[in-house]
Amino acid sequence: MELPLLHLALVGTPNSGKTSLFNALTGSRQKVANYPGVTVERKEGFFVTPLGRQVSVVDLPGTYSLRGRSPDEEITRDFVLGKASGETVPDLVLCVADSTNLRLTIRLLLELKRTGRPMILVLNMFDIASRRGITVDVERLAGELGVPVVTSIAVRKGGTADLLALTDDISAKLAAEPQENNWHALSVAELRATQREADRIIGDCVSLPARPDTWTARIDAVVLHPVGGLIVLALILFVMFQAVFAWAQPLMDLLNNGFDALGEFVHATLPAGLLQSFLQNGVISGVGSVIVFLPQIIIIFLFILLLEDFGYMARAAFLMDRIMGGAGLHGRAFIPLLSSFACAIPGIMATRVIDNKRDRLTTILIAPLMTCSARIPVYTLIISAFIPAKDVWGFINLQGLVMFGLYATGIVSALAVSFLIKFFMLRDFAPAPFMLELPDYKMPQLKSIALGVYTRAKMFLHRAGTTIFSMMVLIWFLASFPQPPAGATEPAIDFSLAAIIGKAIEPLLAPVGFNWQIAVALIPGMAAREVAVAALGTVYAIEGGKEAAEQIGSVLATKWSLATALSMLAWYIFAPQCASTLAVIRRETGSWGWMAATFTYMLVLAYAASLVTYNVAVALGAG
Amino acid sequence: MTDIHDTRREMPLGLAQRGYTGIIQHLSAKDAGSALSDIELESRLIELGFVEGARVEVLHEGLVGRDPIAVRVDNITIAVRRREAMAIIVA
Repeated sequence: MELPLLHLALVGTPNSGKTSLFNALTGSRQKVANYPGVTVERKEGFFVTPLGRQVSVVDLPGTYSLRGRSPDEEITRDFVLGKASGETVPDLVLCVADSTNLRLTIRLLLELKRTGRPMILVLNMFDIASRRGITVDVERLAGELGVPVVTSIAVRKGGTADLLALTDDISAKLAAEPQENNWHALSVAELRATQREADRIIGDCVSLPARPDTWTARIDAVVLHPVGGLIVLALILFVMFQAVFAWAQPLMDLLNNGFDALGEFVHATLPAGLLQSFLQNGVISGVGSVIVFLPQIIIIFLFILLLEDFGYMARAAFLMDRIMGGAGLHGRAFIPLLSSFACAIPGIMATRVIDNKRDRLTTILIAPLMTCSARIPVYTLIISAFIPAKDVWGFINLQGLVMFGLYATGIVSALAVSFLIKFFMLRDFAPAPFMLELPDYKMPQLKSIALGVYTRAKMFLHRAGTTIFSMMVLIWFLASFPQPPAGATEPAIDFSLAAIIGKAIEPLLAPVGFNWQIAVALIPGMAAREVAVAALGTVYAIEGGKEAAEQIGSVLATKWSLATALSMLAWYIFAPQCASTLAVIRRETGSWGWMAATFTYMLVLAYAASLVTYNVAVALGAG
Repeated sequence: MTDIHDTRREMPLGLAQRGYTGIIQHLSAKDAGSALSDIELESRLIELGFVEGARVEVLHEGLVGRDPIAVRVDNITIAVRRREAMAIIVA
């Protein structure tokens, strides 16, 4: 007889190594989705025990208690209590502890016990604890807690064997004894009493040497130094952006050549006509121009995941807390804002770690001003077409300097907007507290990092295959139909729907120096910024033929003035052109109003910045 | 207030310099002036291990206004602003 699926839930404090245990148990058999109604990430994985039992395991958000102070923590509480809508009550809760730091987890476990769910305490990272001379009397601990205890080393092969065996053991006996739920939110006195009880049990069962992690202390001496720490942070950011632009180039060239060759192949194989034009101009040059940026996206996520896994992100928040506080931001906003350089969507979702509503809202509103990777295609294209690749002062590349300027403008405007929000709108709030555990450093786990990067890359490609692809089909259609009448001498595109629409909007955009081709590209560009590049590619390809498709940069250089190019760059620093970001803002703030506010303020800034840039450039003779 | 630790003066952790070590005597959330309610602040401090009898050491200070501080609480490190640390009375 086939046994029903066994439902496990992983609960633990932040930094307890829950996620690496989850990865060790399930490998790549993971499903990442959202809980219904909230944007808390729901991670479920599957595995089979040694005795052949099918298991589903859910990695719940880290929490110090079941009080549920944030949406994340509420999910953990409701899930364990069986109150989460559409979720099965877990058959067995795995309470995961960092073996080097048991105090907070044992207290959480004592609270969890009151829910009556069957439970195992997993002493994770047991190897690190042993190396530091921490010894745990596992049997006695199990006796005192009244909960089975097992040690595990999630990051080592076979390190979860005991846990798997125990799971088999316990699941065979489950459901024999239905338990009662006695949980209620703890009062301060009960919380204190629980911590005392936890400390007493630890005193009885665990011997702690007076030897803290010397590596962490040594690294922190530099990394958390008031001045040295900021220099280190700046260096890390510098290397990160250097990597995104310099290291990704060879791979990007490779992809670019690949798509060019594919386009050539289609051009040579198929007879001239609509199908050839559709495949070469619509599909390959359109989608290809976006996929080319995959290496950069992989590199930026690689850095962010590495820093997070290493334990550095919390330090960055510590260093930046007061500095960002000057602009009305919380130290914890640093991580979401840094992630926003990859993409504002994970950045905005990461604001959930900020428990104060006002701080969270401010961070959400400015996150889209951080230069995300989708702007890179637009910036790279225009910069390489219009800015000469010469050195200034002998060693700084002018193109790199312009790119840096665009990033810096984004950051400075974000801080300014945040300051204005604090000053005019939400000034009556006392500063929210900043309380954050600084975990011991640990070697990043290649497997976890690889899984994380893989998930992000898949999401990006999925988007390229759906949203961007359908937009490209639309653009190609608009730019190709209706076909020119026989004997027409003007380029075919002048007769198309795209030209009609573009010319209708052109008067609005003429003051900022945009022509009708840009107007056309901006419309599908609402779906995603990088689409604009692809759309320009398609529009000019259909207008100018094959050479234009391959050399969109040099075509732009002949069709646009420098003032128009600079105006376009200024536009993209601010333009709210990303439907997914706006959708996430709506979801995370639960309000159409804040979404509309974000859209409006960014659009106004974009138009104003372009207007100023264009007119100044024209006045200086770049028109 | 005097008690068994009368060899050292009681003070809020929020005023401690880098390198200070001491033992937590009690929590006094109402003196902190935090944006959190007293009960919420006290609960959070306990959840992060700031309970009576815990050994604390101020390891690091931020650049601006020597704030926030990184505090070793028994065997973990917690970053906290001085404003909230005013609720932690040490000696």
